[in-house]
Amino acid sequence: MRAFIIRRLLTSILTLLGAALFVFSVSRILGDPRVLLLPDQAYGITQEQWDDLARQLHLDKPIPIQFGIWLGQLLRGDLGRDLADRQLIAPKIPQKVGPTLKLALSAFILSTLIGVPIGVFSAVSRGSIPDYFGRAFALFGQALPTFWVGIVGILIFAVWLGWLPSGTMGEGFSIKHYILPTLTLAWFGAAGYVRLVRSAMLEVLDSEYVKLARAKGVNSRTLIWKHAFKNAAIAPLTLSGLLLAGFITGSISVETVFAWPGLARFGIEAVWTNNFTVLAVLVLIFTGAFVLLNFLADILYAFIDPRIRYS
Amino acid sequence: MAQAELQSDLEVSIPSYRATGISGVLQLFNRWPIIPGTILGVLIIVAVFAPWVSPHGPYVNSLKARNTPPMWSEGGTTEYILGADVIGRDLLSRLIYGARISLMVMAIALVTGTIVGTALGLVAGYFGGLIDEVIMRLVDIFLGIPFVLMAMAVAVVMGASLTTMMVMLALLTWSGFVRNVRGEVLSLRERDYIALARIAGASLPRILMMHILPGVINTVVVIATLRSGQLILAEAFLSFIGAGIPPPTPTWGAMIADGRNYLRDAWWISFFPGLAIFFTVMALNFLGDWLRDKLDPRLRQLT
Repeated sequence: MRAFIIRRLLTSILTLLGAALFVFSVSRILGDPRVLLLPDQAYGITQEQWDDLARQLHLDKPIPIQFGIWLGQLLRGDLGRDLADRQLIAPKIPQKVGPTLKLALSAFILSTLIGVPIGVFSAVSRGSIPDYFGRAFALFGQALPTFWVGIVGILIFAVWLGWLPSGTMGEGFSIKHYILPTLTLAWFGAAGYVRLVRSAMLEVLDSEYVKLARAKGVNSRTLIWKHAFKNAAIAPLTLSGLLLAGFITGSISVETVFAWPGLARFGIEAVWTNNFTVLAVLVLIFTGAFVLLNFLADILYAFIDPRIRYS
Repeated sequence: MAQAELQSDLEVSIPSYRATGISGVLQLFNRWPIIPGTILGVLIIVAVFAPWVSPHGPYVNSLKARNTPPMWSEGGTTEYILGADVIGRDLLSRLIYGARISLMVMAIALVTGTIVGTALGLVAGYFGGLIDEVIMRLVDIFLGIPFVLMAMAVAVVMGASLTTMMVMLALLTWSGFVRNVRGEVLSLRERDYIALARIAGASLPRILMMHILPGVINTVVVIATLRSGQLILAEAFLSFIGAGIPPPTPTWGAMIADGRNYLRDAWWISFFPGLAIFFTVMALNFLGDWLRDKLDPRLRQLT
């Protein structure tokens, strides 16, 4: 188990380094990173300021050293300056993390609560009308663009019916502002769960030991939840990494559509203002979150299923 | 006596299970991907012959036609079947040209990504060792960085364009193939026929291309089909947030963004492009599922 954890930890660190290297190389694609940092072709900048910036960015040193220096700054919490207002980025992050976490967490809980039972019942009643509904729910959730679902939700519930607000988090804690964004994101997440849980359940229900339990006369609720589901839940856990990736993409869509004041919205605004430094920080933050969640899922998985530790 | 009995056993004719009438038609729909195939077929034909089938040009605007509703609602005309957008461009025409862009970008990125991913999977699986380790860690890194943010950062630096989009989507595609292809190659390379080919003096490229590749091609086709829908969605989203193909090029994602601020007055501008994306992705997913069940059921746990 320890060897497994160490191996996974190394892979996680490698991924983070890879993300850092990616961001660094993108900033150098155009050759001189100063072009990116100074908007409007550096209009009104004197030669001295231009050279001064080169010194600040250590452009006189070899590229690997530059990367090292930049990495060192990151590790010390120096995330650079926002190009739009010349303020430090690091102090802006904490207030954006809250809304993103609240939305993602409520959607995650909701999608588990919806997705897992639908997946199980769909598998148990295979080929029946409820199964078709379950599968349609999953297929729609995966084929509909999340941002469009959000817009149609706004159109129906905010514009036409006027029941719910069309966006933002509202003042204080307002549950009404959560309903549409959470449901939009949860549908997408639940769709993934339904597909995974359903196929895993079908496989387990077909196995010998479940058939034996049924022949022995175990009542169907115990059979489904205690015997079958416990084993079927392993497969969705392995693929939870893939689901999480989808979740991150989904939260970016939802924050955009609902003007949710979180990290992803920050990123979208950065695209509109060509704000590279902000995007660079966000790539690192999201990669970090993603790597951490994946790591935890894998550890949990290895803990539940010993076969994984040795493969 | 025994002989006769046996004979009569043999003569029992196997009843034909081919159903006729309505149940036969239903069976046909169950067996073949008729609906998704039709949707995709129509889409491809319409995309290829866009200049001939679209009623207007994609950039032709008319101030008089601003925000014309779809033909079946009040104030709509048959001239603008699905209505017109805020500057009076025909929605249907833009949807048709949008299909052209979406499908072309998807196809080019998919083919590039598939070739690169499959090749890397073949190499990693066949040679093993250090090359394998490097390729697999590269895959881990790529799967570990959220794609959308990566594409947003690149779009800001390189400028949003058709080329940037295709390169980014190809980058999204390749990593999905490597692991599965590698796994298959690992078992294929131990087979006797590969050893025999080697003994017979087959060159390395020949072994890889003629003997191993055919063994993994089913997996590749299935993954590619399942991936194509994701590519359409990714392209639409990037164009929606303005990090994709720049306007005025008609793309489904950008059209949804165009209509966002006019939901109250002209809901159709955002609505129909979303439906187009939905039907396309749905058809591709169905086709992918069908191919998977047909060609490579072991991939079932892949979403």
